[in-house]
Amino acid sequence: MSETPTLELRNLEVAYTVRGIDRQVLRDVSFSIAPGEAYGFVGESGCGKSTAAFAAMRYLPRNGKITGGSILFEGNNIVDMSDGQVSDLRRSAISMVYQNPATALNPTIRVGDQVAEVFQLNGVSKSDALAMAEQALTRVQIADPIQVLRRYAHQLSGGMAQRVVIAMALASNPRLLVMDEPTTGLDATVEAEVLDLVRELRRDTGTAVLFISHNLGVIRHMCDRVGVLYAGALVEQGATADLFNNPSHPYTVGLLRCIPRGGLHKSTDRLDTIPGTPPALGTKFDGCVFAARCALAEDKCQSSQPQMVTIKGNHVARCFLSDKASSLPRSAEQIEFASQSATTAHEVGETLLNVSHLSKVFTQDGHQVRVINDVSLTLGVGETLGLVGESGSGKTTIAKLVLGLTAPEEGGVVSLDGKGLAKTLNRRDVHDVGAMQIVFQNPDQALNRRHSVTRIVGRAVERLRSFSVSESIDRAHELLSGMRVEATLHSARPVQLSGGLKQRVAISRAFAGAPQIVVCDEPTSALDVSVQAAILNLLVDLQKQDKTSFIFISHDLGVVRYISDRIAVLYLGRVVEFGSSQRVFNGPFHPYTEALLSSVPNFDGSIRKRIPLTGVVPSPSNPPSGCVLNPRCPRKAGSGYETLCETEEPNLTEVEPGHFMRCHIPVAKLKQLQS
Amino acid sequence: MKQYILKRLGLSVITVFLVAVIVFFLTHILPGNVARQYLGRGATEEDLVEFRRVFGLDKPLLSQLFIWIKDLLQGDLGTSMQYRGPVADLLLPAIGYSSKLAGVAFFLIVPISIFGGVIAAMNRGKKIDRVITVGGLSAAVIPEFVWAIVLVLTVGVTFQIFPVTAFPEEGNRGVLNQIWHLILPSISLLLVLFGYIARIARAGVIEALESDYMRTAVLKGLSRKKAVTKHVLRNALLPTIAVIASQVPYLIGGLIAVEIVFNYPGFGTILKGAVDARDYAVLQSGVIISSLVIVGFQLIADILFALLNPRIRQKVSE
Ligand SMILES: Nc1ncnc2c1ncn2[C@@H]1O[C@H](COP(=O)(O)OP(=O)(O)OP(=O)(O)O)[C@@H](O)[C@H]1O
Ligand code: SF4
Ligand code: SF4
Ligand SMILES: [Mg+2]
Repeated sequence: MSETPTLELRNLEVAYTVRGIDRQVLRDVSFSIAPGEAYGFVGESGCGKSTAAFAAMRYLPRNGKITGGSILFEGNNIVDMSDGQVSDLRRSAISMVYQNPATALNPTIRVGDQVAEVFQLNGVSKSDALAMAEQALTRVQIADPIQVLRRYAHQLSGGMAQRVVIAMALASNPRLLVMDEPTTGLDATVEAEVLDLVRELRRDTGTAVLFISHNLGVIRHMCDRVGVLYAGALVEQGATADLFNNPSHPYTVGLLRCIPRGGLHKSTDRLDTIPGTPPALGTKFDGCVFAARCALAEDKCQSSQPQMVTIKGNHVARCFLSDKASSLPRSAEQIEFASQSATTAHEVGETLLNVSHLSKVFTQDGHQVRVINDVSLTLGVGETLGLVGESGSGKTTIAKLVLGLTAPEEGGVVSLDGKGLAKTLNRRDVHDVGAMQIVFQNPDQALNRRHSVTRIVGRAVERLRSFSVSESIDRAHELLSGMRVEATLHSARPVQLSGGLKQRVAISRAFAGAPQIVVCDEPTSALDVSVQAAILNLLVDLQKQDKTSFIFISHDLGVVRYISDRIAVLYLGRVVEFGSSQRVFNGPFHPYTEALLSSVPNFDGSIRKRIPLTGVVPSPSNPPSGCVLNPRCPRKAGSGYETLCETEEPNLTEVEPGHFMRCHIPVAKLKQLQS
Repeated sequence: MKQYILKRLGLSVITVFLVAVIVFFLTHILPGNVARQYLGRGATEEDLVEFRRVFGLDKPLLSQLFIWIKDLLQGDLGTSMQYRGPVADLLLPAIGYSSKLAGVAFFLIVPISIFGGVIAAMNRGKKIDRVITVGGLSAAVIPEFVWAIVLVLTVGVTFQIFPVTAFPEEGNRGVLNQIWHLILPSISLLLVLFGYIARIARAGVIEALESDYMRTAVLKGLSRKKAVTKHVLRNALLPTIAVIASQVPYLIGGLIAVEIVFNYPGFGTILKGAVDARDYAVLQSGVIISSLVIVGFQLIADILFALLNPRIRQKVSE
């Protein structure tokens, strides 16, 4: 262990100046990354992960500053270096990749010139640099590098753009690579590919990596060691397996329990939450940073700060009671539920919504693009239907068709309670409109920021139930309190609320008209896991109480599995599999579902064999002939059905009672292939 | 791309045509007996009839419009009622003079304003930023002709640095001297437009400075200066170009005011004369020409914008 670490942070303190006052973000953060090691950072939004990452690059926002400690790169303190020296380091030894690759590339310069720039900075001539850029793209497994070099950023898909950014970061053969949420926002299948790539490259190059993700599954698969940040302080650190198997800080324990992990289902398990919210930026603490939310907190936790204690080997936790962490009591709601669940078993009632033969054609640059193709689904009273599929598969469009926000093509029918609904919203009556509501991913955009929370919900009540103004205000208060938005916040405006609270307001509004069906389009994707757990619990409660049905869209398969009774898997606007949550997740699988499921990094650490989907999602304007999956299908080759797959589109057929699939291979054969 | 240009060109032609029709009807519907005005009280009925016949005012309105447009298309701008000569003889030299002034002003205003905006953005929050932004906006509040008068009185009369007329004397009309005389009028335009253009340039640069791709550039190891010149300016100046084009109408408006103060025989001075004398033919042509210039610049700006922006370039060439 005498080797100099590639990166070492020693007692690092960082503050942001807001309105003239320095507010501390990082508190006494110390850790080190050995050459070739992958170190992961986890923690809720705002705990300072990105700040630490950018500090390591010495690239803080204009109002950020290092107020103490040091950052050593191979033993040299970069805090004291001149700008020129830091630029030299960035040119030759440390690189960074961060979220949102599309904006990380300059929109007006060709991709090739941007990659070549890195080589040019190191003194290579322009023409040599371009040749090297081509190699760099080949290295990140871009199929047609010469072509890609000539493109602009907007002509690349998200996964491709991230490959280019990674190519650029690796171009200088860095000894340290900082990755801040490099796959957040990418599709599960694309994410899996990018992660595979990073792992391979790391094996070849031995680059040390600082890897940040809010996704614990990703961290578990990518990192040798993990650090948990809370309120800017490192609260636990250890080898990945140790930390995940034996979390020893109450915050880590809570975080892991919030996740709807494999096998949990709403009918039997309630998700844990972490009560309260993270402290505001710059809060000062006399005691433990987590004391306000910790169920184990004792008097001394409030008054004195715990030091790191060793759990085992290099596994450390900053807690007075680390040996009791695993017995952290489950959150209070949990107990309440346990007594309830015995009496109200979950059951699905008769069919409420019937969607048949929905199609949607958009005209794009003069082409006809069939984004939804003959989709038929049913939804029962009190049932949750999950919609999953890669981006562009048509999930949101189906939701819009059902809600009447866009009209289906001739022949498509949406009927509620056996009664056919008008195609578009403006031709539906108040009752039909109120019967179906939607909750969006981003509550910021969905809520009018000038109105108070009560007004936002009250107006919806007024409109949908023709209540008087005072009645609707009363009802709004009732709804908000039911969603656990405290009375003191009812006059607040959306900007004053956290993301989770805003989403609760949006849900309250959706429930204003006592809806029969609520469509939830990625309702928790922008939220932290602890907040997500609380929202999911809330939705489950509402369903139990009012027999509300949900159509639930999410790219997070764990969430969909937890909350759904039945699941429809979509590919290129078609339902390729439809069945109970149980069936879809346990198999036999449709080949596409199989690949999709295998791309999810499992957070319990179990290794699942990846069934890769080759190539990219084809454009719906020019779908492949035969089965639309056939150019990418992992099961087609050697199945004996190749010609059929390439020439004829399979029908959605019932392969087992209540389990539908669109595949030429008989289910028994699939089962055999998949075992 | 070709198609895009053709489409924009078509739209421009339609715009100018509509302007022409509107102007025609406005000038013909305005109250007042034109012939009587020109010929005075003493004119006989025959004189009036003769005047109307000469200027085509006796024909039905629609055929007047038709003839006027047909003449316009053939380059015939009509006959000035005031001077009884072809409008073209009057307007063309004036346009030449105005173009010179506009050209000098443009070459002064655009680089200085953009430079100011870039400097302000790079020093955001510092004193120099405040001087540029606040100063620029305050200067823009005061109209051109007031600036023109102030400049004439101070720099011209009191300090005698610049000449107080915009037009050199006979026999001394070398290019440099002409430009020299046009500096002061241009500065009064600069003072008014600087604030707007600098502000847009500043906003564009700040947005680009804060962009992820700028961060990428710096994290690649480019020095700040190099990152700014290579990655920021092009992206930042795109919106600025569009704004400059949209300022052309103001430039023309300002030009007229400044020409009058500096007693410069340009387009504005002629137009003002035409308004005073109700010389419709000159007015109509003047408006058409102004709209041609404005639409033309908008077109150039749009094409430039598309050329510099790959996203639009690709979209329009699809
Ligand atoms: N430029 C800034 N000025 C003031 N406060 C800031 C600034 N940048 C970040 N913060 C605040 O500092 C804290 C830490 O932010 P940081 O971005 O490091 O968190 P994070 O862990 O990366 O969060 P996320 O998971 O949302 O990316 C947050 O409270 C954030 O609001
Ligand atoms: S030190 Fe106390 S408050 Fe902090 S995590 Fe441990 S038990 Fe909870
Ligand atoms: S029909 Fe053929 S191509 Fe389509 S999913 Fe089944 S095996 Fe794959
Ligand atoms: Mg972050």
